[in-house]
Amino acid sequence: MLTTTLILGLVLGGTYALLALGLTLQYGIARIMNLAYGELTLISAFVVVAFFQGMGLSPLLSLPAVAVAGYALGWTLYQIMMRPLVARSGGGGRLEVDSILATFGLLFLIQGGLLVLFGANFTSISYLDRGVSILGVSVALNRLIAFGICVVVGGGLALAMTRTRWGLTMRAVALTPGSAPLVGIDVNRVARQGFALGTALAATGGASIAMYQTFSATDGVIFTMKALIIVIMGGVGNVTGALIAGLALGLVETFVATAIDPGLTLAATFAIFLVVLLWRPQGLFGRG
Amino acid sequence: MIGISRRATLRALSAGMASALALSAGLAHAEGDTVKIGYAVARTGPSATGAGITTIPNYELWVDTVNKAGGLKMPDGSQKMIEVVEYDNRSANEDLVRSIERLASQDEVDLILPPWGTGANLAIAPLMARFGYPQIAVTAVTDKAPEFAERWPTSFWLLGGGHDYASGLVDVLSKARDEGKINNKVAVVSVADGFGIDLINGARPAFEAAGFDLVYDKTYPLGTSDFAAIMSEAQGSGADSFVAFSYPPGSFGMTKTAQSMNYNPKVFYISVGGAFPIYPGVAAGKAEGVMAIGGVDADSPAIQDYFARHTEFVGNPPDSWASAITYASLEMLQQAVERVGLDHAALAKELSDGTFETIVGEVKLENNQLRDLWWVGQWQGGAFRAVNPADRAGASEPVIPKPEW
Repeated sequence: MLTTTLILGLVLGGTYALLALGLTLQYGIARIMNLAYGELTLISAFVVVAFFQGMGLSPLLSLPAVAVAGYALGWTLYQIMMRPLVARSGGGGRLEVDSILATFGLLFLIQGGLLVLFGANFTSISYLDRGVSILGVSVALNRLIAFGICVVVGGGLALAMTRTRWGLTMRAVALTPGSAPLVGIDVNRVARQGFALGTALAATGGASIAMYQTFSATDGVIFTMKALIIVIMGGVGNVTGALIAGLALGLVETFVATAIDPGLTLAATFAIFLVVLLWRPQGLFGRG
Repeated sequence: MIGISRRATLRALSAGMASALALSAGLAHAEGDTVKIGYAVARTGPSATGAGITTIPNYELWVDTVNKAGGLKMPDGSQKMIEVVEYDNRSANEDLVRSIERLASQDEVDLILPPWGTGANLAIAPLMARFGYPQIAVTAVTDKAPEFAERWPTSFWLLGGGHDYASGLVDVLSKARDEGKINNKVAVVSVADGFGIDLINGARPAFEAAGFDLVYDKTYPLGTSDFAAIMSEAQGSGADSFVAFSYPPGSFGMTKTAQSMNYNPKVFYISVGGAFPIYPGVAAGKAEGVMAIGGVDADSPAIQDYFARHTEFVGNPPDSWASAITYASLEMLQQAVERVGLDHAALAKELSDGTFETIVGEVKLENNQLRDLWWVGQWQGGAFRAVNPADRAGASEPVIPKPEW
């Protein structure tokens, strides 16, 4: 009973955390509150499904390609759409408001595009849909893979952020974008990298969603909301925080669903969210 | 300061868009020899999926079919081509209501087709009644249909209520239990949202009255994507029957989860989405024996012909629940117009009193409601066949226990 909850919860949490990693980078480093984040994950999910259905290409094989394409898309988006906003804001808080409005528009643009291209139907593929027994608990293989991707990507990213010089510059820009240029950091370049990397992660999350979940062109907002809760709980821009918050959310939801009532999972999610915000408004691992 | 105000720009833009829409639809026909039909459907937003599967394809198929045959027949024997005025209601009731007002007072369309969904149809019902347009609310499932039909006499309710579907299911299960095919225990989960609540509220008393024991009875929030915990509890409950009053994402998610954890209840019932043409694909080709809401008489030549035409025109087969009814409602409208013309009051009267030949058979409304419906269907041999009401012509025998995944 307890192992079941623990394993199912960890796997669910892993899929949540994977979804939130990109958003935390985009918001934390590039300071862009990307409301179209869920739509970006959906683009990749649809592309992966199209590859799978059209050419029989396994989602695991198309995943790296989609991630690279996501990086390129993020890079381009930043250059064309976000750069003028950043330049206009002059480093103040105006960027947040402007980016929210701009990406809100982008959300509808992408959603419309997806509806035209892929239609309104629910999309779902059967890929590695079999159960795998872990300590006697049957877990769907595709979710387990998503969890694995989360551990590898999230763990790698957390290490890179804390242990490498590249991570140091990233964190410098996240903490004090005003002072970073003083030590020779090109804030614009780093922010662009952060945004592009975030989009690549969104694409990775989308590819894994395509493997295990039914989705439709209008689902983006759901993913954005989930990711946003995790990002805020974990501390904006904090990769480790997002990982832990995601896992915690998965564990709590599963625990509440089995021990109390599945109807209370949403309530539990927002209850923890509220507690975290009251107790640590800057997030579990954020610096206030 | 700025020469053109935002309001003026907006007004000009929307007027321009409306005229562009109207122009593109009916350029070839002069005023008077076309029938203007308007609808405001969800092209974007959360309802776009439902509208895109059930409503829009059938409207387009019907208009195409009628126009290719020379147009709508009038009582005097003449034919008028259909000209469509369409708006996107963006899944928002405010936009929907505004569009209906516009269709009625500015575009002055002859007929208005309903939007997709129970909420949307309820939102426009007072307005449609005020403008006098008959409203054939085909994708609205509500137990209050009799009340609504009385309040708005020009409204028609074609898809039954939650209680109907729930009692249909209990009927099927009671029969199977009495034959000794399943035990007395049922595990039921329901989505905590309009339709799921309606169904579970109808099902609980019906199950109890039939002497079933609801050993697992839980609700889950809308938007739940992970069903591993719920399904493992249901599996451990000892029930032979698994019943989910769910929306498509949940129906699909539970199917996949049940397959991956090798949960093989003797009855596996899901609600909305089970009748979708993509369901067998979702179930990885193992949909055989899965029960869900709706169903069609798969042996009827009219239904087979409709499926073929829909597949050819839209690119995929229709869903086996509300799609055929939607198309049938348009056939009713077409025949009513042929008999009494475009006068709204006469049309409404003909719709409530007349008998119509449609793809779902001969239709006659009772108190402005369609009661001759299929409540439960089951995937059998690649088709989603209706199994309840069992005494209705065209019903198939349910297969219980369901074959293993």
